[in-house]
Amino acid sequence: MSAPTLPLASAPTIVKDSSAPVIVFEDVALSFADNEVLRGVSFHLPRGETKAVFGVAGSGKSLILKLALGLIRPDSGRILVLGEDITQMREEQLFELRGKIGMVFQESALFDSLTVRENVAYRLMEEHGIYDDDIDRRVREALRFVELEHTLDLDPAELSGGMRRRVAIARAIITEPELLLYDSPTGGLDPVTSNTIIELIVKQRDVSKTSALMVTHRLQDAFTMASHQFDKQANRMVHLPAGQHCDVPMSFLILRDGKIIFDGDLNQLAHTEDEYIREYIS
Amino acid sequence: MLRFQFGMELISPTDLAKEKVLTVQDYVLFCLQAVGNFFRKPLYVADMALQADAIGVGSLPIVVLTGFFTGAVLALQASNTLERFGSITLVGQLVSTSMVRELGPVLTSLMVAGRNSSGMASELGSMVVTEQIDAMRALGTDPMKKLVTPRVASTVFMLFFLTIISDLVGLVGGLAIAKLLLRLDARQYWYNAWESLVFQDVFMGLIKPVIFGFIIATVGCYYGMNARGGTQGVGRATTQAMVAASVLILATDLIVTRFLMATLSYH
Repeated sequence: MSAPTLPLASAPTIVKDSSAPVIVFEDVALSFADNEVLRGVSFHLPRGETKAVFGVAGSGKSLILKLALGLIRPDSGRILVLGEDITQMREEQLFELRGKIGMVFQESALFDSLTVRENVAYRLMEEHGIYDDDIDRRVREALRFVELEHTLDLDPAELSGGMRRRVAIARAIITEPELLLYDSPTGGLDPVTSNTIIELIVKQRDVSKTSALMVTHRLQDAFTMASHQFDKQANRMVHLPAGQHCDVPMSFLILRDGKIIFDGDLNQLAHTEDEYIREYIS
Repeated sequence: MLRFQFGMELISPTDLAKEKVLTVQDYVLFCLQAVGNFFRKPLYVADMALQADAIGVGSLPIVVLTGFFTGAVLALQASNTLERFGSITLVGQLVSTSMVRELGPVLTSLMVAGRNSSGMASELGSMVVTEQIDAMRALGTDPMKKLVTPRVASTVFMLFFLTIISDLVGLVGGLAIAKLLLRLDARQYWYNAWESLVFQDVFMGLIKPVIFGFIIATVGCYYGMNARGGTQGVGRATTQAMVAASVLILATDLIVTRFLMATLSYH
């Protein structure tokens, strides 16, 4: 099956309006030496939506996040993030844009020389001009969101893998970013901890309405996200009735050999005719 | 590139030469960026103070010990030769000029390189392989400004003072030998040591640690920031940083000495 036609004709506008997509990839290619990792990748992430990116190991999933953050530059193509063409931006300009983006790294990437409090407060401390009381309040709020307020003065080395991921989420959301990038947030975690992390991501999606791009190789995580919604009253994730799954702002993107072979919602994924995708999701 | 059995690779001389030239080019650009950041905001003064403490105060014990024993052994070796010419009283002069002009700056730098160049490479290398450097960039901070420039500034600043301390302790080491073993008069030793020093000696002895400090920090940070391949890569970067810094210090010492001798009208 060929990849579904992507609605790019209407997507790539540089005008910064609230309805414009937060991320647009246009024919992006990337190679390392002779290895062509991404070949003509095009997709867009609408505002408020969470897109789960799948693919086998080495298919270039994590690279899409690093490209979206401007940590690496594509060989060709164009990437628009929050309405700005990041392929043309200098590193200094990118630092400013990255202030509106939160990133959760695969192995958390917490600074091991800093405490949990300092890790979460890092961006606020770097901004200057913010009072210590305000920083402390916001750090506590962010840690309360991930239910780790009691770890304030611990070092990252004292935390479990799941706790480190949750601290990384707190660090990413403390400035209330417009866009969140998750790199395998549940990779290597047990099912219970994974579920806690997914619940936090769903909470962020449904409560703060933050757009997100999530790289994962765990299909069940994305399916859980597509079939659940966060109930603020009950303060937990609740399962949606079968007919309401399409109401969730969630889509799926599948990579194969450096190309996108699927970009659509849960319903389209469930009814795909592509043999590879059917085998992949089964 | 040829690949033999057991995974051994043979790189062609052209590729190797290109690789080395590219490394030098990268290193030069890295140094320019590190220096340039010193004149751009934000300037991480607190990080500089932290690094100055770790590099300067932390290196003090090895610098003192190295300086003392170098001065002492220098006096001991010199006495043997000077005695043959009946000039044993000139021990102080020999120790002071050797320590201030050459051994103080070079040995202090080699000691600090061994401790800090490798330390910087392993610390920054670990941050690279655990994505902490990427995380820093993602959080809107320039790692060159936050991590490299403070280390360069602190090493240059602290090595200058560490060298002065090393020179002084070296003279004390020489005095210990002169007084206790050679039975020389301490006053005469100090008088000879002090009077023999001229402006050129002191200038040469104090310009070198500034250059060597820059080499130690930039080489350590360069290898750390370019570490690849997990923990094995960090280990490799650590070793390479120490070797490269030490060799560069010795090679630069020769060039700087020759240059200063020519420009300062040394006789």
